[in-house]
Amino acid sequence: MMTRKKRRLYMLLLALAGLGTATALTLTAFEENVAFFFSPSDLTVKPPGDKLVRVGGLVAGGSVTKEGDGVTTRFTITDTAHTVDVTTNRPLPDLFREGQGVLVEGRLRPDGLFVASEVLARHDENYMPKEVADALKASGQFRPEVPGKPVYETAK
Amino acid sequence: MHRFANPARFLRLAALVLPWVSVLSALLFAAGLYLALFVSPEDYQQGDTVRIMYVHVPAAWMAMFTYSSMAVAAACALVWRHPLAEIYSKAAAPLGAGFTLLCLVTGSLWGEPMWGTWWVWDARLTSVLILFFLYLGYMALVDAFDDPQRGHRAGSILLLVGAINVPIIKFSVDWWNTLHQPASVLRMGGPAIHGDMLWPLLILALAFKTYFVATVILRMRAELAERKIQTLRLTQAGGV
Repeated sequence: MMTRKKRRLYMLLLALAGLGTATALTLTAFEENVAFFFSPSDLTVKPPGDKLVRVGGLVAGGSVTKEGDGVTTRFTITDTAHTVDVTTNRPLPDLFREGQGVLVEGRLRPDGLFVASEVLARHDENYMPKEVADALKASGQFRPEVPGKPVYETAK
Repeated sequence: MHRFANPARFLRLAALVLPWVSVLSALLFAAGLYLALFVSPEDYQQGDTVRIMYVHVPAAWMAMFTYSSMAVAAACALVWRHPLAEIYSKAAAPLGAGFTLLCLVTGSLWGEPMWGTWWVWDARLTSVLILFFLYLGYMALVDAFDDPQRGHRAGSILLLVGAINVPIIKFSVDWWNTLHQPASVLRMGGPAIHGDMLWPLLILALAFKTYFVATVILRMRAELAERKIQTLRLTQAGGV
């Protein structure tokens, strides 16, 4: 004979397990929609067509150029496996620089140039004083984190 | 555990603890804020803006801790009918809502100069906003019934259903691509935050925690006193 307390406890645990499973299944099914941005590799696996998408990666070293009109910027973002060339005439965040994680929102043109209508900086989880960062850079151990990960399995 | 279920015993323990945590909280806030705002170094990328983190992160931790503790209390209330559990949840809810709001506001103030936006609908920011609404919903629901017992029962169920959101908040930055950065302190491989910045952060985290303990004791005492007055009124009305 089960006591009432025990029965209430089992009912509660059963309900929570059911709710947890349902939530896990839902979130897994909508993984693609929950992801805030794709990686450059994702664009090669599943081209977005004419859809508005966000892509995140590191600004490739030496890739940033200002065009003659003074507002348009061209740069390349990379996830170290694939790259995307980006052009934008929007203002850039203060943190925007080579080697920085950024997100761009816009459309991929058929010729492969990504036209960004918004550029956001993405900060990584590393916090350190300037001297420490300089020392790491001097010893070649400074590695910016690539933002996020590919959403789709990369075809091998 | 049932030794502490007794309100009289709780009140004795609370009277003993309250002055100590109050003083401790004031000292920790003074030391933590001084270290965070004046002593700790500027970040190599964020400059002085990094100092928002010393308030934002403890507020976020407390927002999640408070909700988790309320959910545990809700389970105790539903299963064991623990007399103090519902009182605890009711007392803690506005504090948790306050921590969550502080977390959202400071995060927004940091996001504008750093990311270039006040707000985005990524998994982390959205799940924390849902946490804020869960707090507000709980507070509204508990007070929405004429019979306080039914209000508490409904509130406890809401707390347990909403508890599913806590792991989603914590792991959102690992499961999905988010604009919000992954965890810097509680992560595999140790903290990714320099020691000179980590210490002020941990001191302030403790300051927030002691502030919460002191305030929740005060609020629980007030709630117990209110119930006592109500019982007295009822017996008076019925007895005379």
